[in-house]
Amino acid sequence: MTNANLSVEMDSSAAVNIFQDAVFIEELRTQMLKFARLQVRDNQLAEDAVQEAMFSAYQNIDRFARQAAFKTWVFSILKNKIIDLLRKEKRHTAASQLEEGPNLSGEALIEHLFEENGHWQKDERPKKWDQPEHGVENEHFWRIFDACLDALPAKYGRLFMMREFLEMDTPEICHNEDVSVSSLNVTLYRARLRLRECLEDHWFQKEKS
Amino acid sequence: MIKCKQATQMLSEKLDRTLSAKEKINLTMHTAICTPCRQFGKQMETIRELSKSYTKAKKPDEK
Repeated sequence: MTNANLSVEMDSSAAVNIFQDAVFIEELRTQMLKFARLQVRDNQLAEDAVQEAMFSAYQNIDRFARQAAFKTWVFSILKNKIIDLLRKEKRHTAASQLEEGPNLSGEALIEHLFEENGHWQKDERPKKWDQPEHGVENEHFWRIFDACLDALPAKYGRLFMMREFLEMDTPEICHNEDVSVSSLNVTLYRARLRLRECLEDHWFQKEKS
Repeated sequence: MIKCKQATQMLSEKLDRTLSAKEKINLTMHTAICTPCRQFGKQMETIRELSKSYTKAKKPDEK
């Protein structure tokens, strides 16, 4: 047996070890499930997508040895599963059929944030966010981020996640969700406006006080 | 001259489409004199980066 063969075998067994690390896999599964549930609002479908992504990763495991790369890779498989699900789900709940939902959103939020003359209300002017990357390693920050995503009206959340999490392009989102380009752009604007407000109120400013 | 309301919408749409030359000029002129909108623009980019790192976020105990 040559050295080259040996090293290949060692790599693939290291990769299989990832699946034997029960703590790592369980933690990863929990994160994947949370990610899927945010987008597919059906527990069973979300669990199926995670299961399938995990299985698909297991079948192709020989390509992965490092845990960090593994995680990114499994999530990219999961993203594709979710995109497939959302495509199938299209007939039932396109974003165009969803209500904007309660709470301050859309025009009401815009009226709340801006004066009639189109300038920021004094209290609502965006404040400087200190070192946002400081939050990224922080579990508490991600809980707040989740809560802010959850609080978005269903239509905003769905389109926002398609764009930012699943990185789908404009023509595909518009086709899938039966919305026009300008309506998509306005909805994304409102979603970001709302998310920004929520993050500032519950994380970036709170930290200071 | 555009107002903050239009400027913020452009700062968001900038992430989704290419702005026209006229929009770019208007936006540049506006953000040059408007601190809140400048912050807003940075925060739009931060939100995009945060969304990207969402699936890569590490638990504090993870090395």
